[in-house]
Amino acid sequence: MPTRRRGGPVPNGASNAEGERELLSPADLARTVARIAHEILEKTAESGAPVVLLGLPTRGIHLAHRLAERITAIDPTVGSVRTGTVDPTLYRDDLRRQPTRPLADTDIPAGGIDDVIVVLVDDVLMSGRTVRAALDALRDHGRPRAVQLAVLVDRGHRELPIRADYVGKNVPTNWAEDVVVSLVESDGVDGVAIR
Amino acid sequence: MTEIGLRHLLSTEGLRREQAEALLDTAASMEQALTGRAVRKLPTLRGRTVVTLFYENSTRTRVSFEVAGKWMSADTINVSASGSSVGKGESLRDTASTLAAAGADAIVVRHPASGAPHRIASWLDRVGHSHTDGHVAVVNAGDGTHEHPTQALLDAATLRRRLGPDLAGRRVAIVGDVLHSRVARSNAHLLATLGAEVTLVAPPTLLPAGVEAWPVTVTHDLDGHLATGPDAVMMLRVQAERMHGGFFPSAREYAVRFGLSARRADTLPDHAVVLHPGPAVRGMEIASAVADSDRAAISEQVTAGVHVRMAVLYHLLAGEDVA
Repeated sequence: MPTRRRGGPVPNGASNAEGERELLSPADLARTVARIAHEILEKTAESGAPVVLLGLPTRGIHLAHRLAERITAIDPTVGSVRTGTVDPTLYRDDLRRQPTRPLADTDIPAGGIDDVIVVLVDDVLMSGRTVRAALDALRDHGRPRAVQLAVLVDRGHRELPIRADYVGKNVPTNWAEDVVVSLVESDGVDGVAIR
Repeated sequence: MTEIGLRHLLSTEGLRREQAEALLDTAASMEQALTGRAVRKLPTLRGRTVVTLFYENSTRTRVSFEVAGKWMSADTINVSASGSSVGKGESLRDTASTLAAAGADAIVVRHPASGAPHRIASWLDRVGHSHTDGHVAVVNAGDGTHEHPTQALLDAATLRRRLGPDLAGRRVAIVGDVLHSRVARSNAHLLATLGAEVTLVAPPTLLPAGVEAWPVTVTHDLDGHLATGPDAVMMLRVQAERMHGGFFPSAREYAVRFGLSARRADTLPDHAVVLHPGPAVRGMEIASAVADSDRAAISEQVTAGVHVRMAVLYHLLAGEDVA
């Protein structure tokens, strides 16, 4: 599914020659991550259960690390937030519809996910099928107290009854458009653009 | 096309480096995906059928393929030559066609005749099968003295775990009965493809004709080669069941000249790994003390075998059908 592609974003609101339009500048992206970190703290604090952030490859992993850092910076009393990754590929329902996909890392943090609040983290939420596959994968790793979902961009076009608990930006899109998320860790630059 | 363009796995000779590395990377991911889990079951191959068709005895290869298939939720069915219609005189071609028509998506074949899996693959490719949804993948699980590609892949996976992911420039000695060994041939080609330097160490009588064309160097002097400090030593089983005639004067003399004794193993560098494809004949090609030492990776090889076979089945069966 062509939800993202490389390429640096263009100045705010402007379209470049390729028809790319910036949705989030590097500063916007940093503020958005900070806000989601606040929301996670607020929403999970009352339960008292520890939080584990699990990123979905590839950019969700980077976002999970950033969120963990922000959460600790905002409230040092929570200590370091455990992070990990879960690769949903082996649980996808569309494997037979396309060429064999390469696998990514799965890294469940020590201590496991039993009785913790797992926050799945991804860059773009669209059909919901990746999240569905990740939920199935989690079921084989343990029984969390709750599972929540944080995404940087919700672009609509859901095909399953799945909804994010934390959304960086809601972006109405049409099918043909690409949402391009760039992060310093993988792309050398921060930003979100649409084309 | 699958992303690495694999329709069957018949040999490591001819496998491209990126294909081999994709299989090994996938095997490592499989290991990771299953580590520390309560439930060792993935839904990936649900509804796919894997048949193992074995015309020779085997414990580890067959169990390993069956476990690999089951852990990915494929239906696995074992057919052995004894107890099947093979005993009634059915030809290999008819047996293979029957399995394909009965709905096999992959056939894992072990056969005493070199080239048997190739023949099955070309028959099935030509016929096509309306009963299944198209392509039937064939995996060579050992054919005569030709190849045993998944064994070579699991050996490479084990070496990557011990020595690091890049085997380029690593020096691997393959010692013993190369003549009868499909494991040696598959390893020589795969390791060379991955950039390792392979040396065969064997008596002249146990080297195959045409070994000059292999991507290896050859020596008859085990002590001399061990003194050069190889990164890994792979001991081969002396295949008495395939030997008709005198290939060496006595078992005792073979063990003295080509067996990996504790004294010899002690001369290896600290990081060097000892591999054996099993089943090992202790006291013959490998001393018990060496087989049980930390240097030996024999049980790691078996574990890696399951992950490698999961990776092979994944690449052959998980994606869309190859046109």
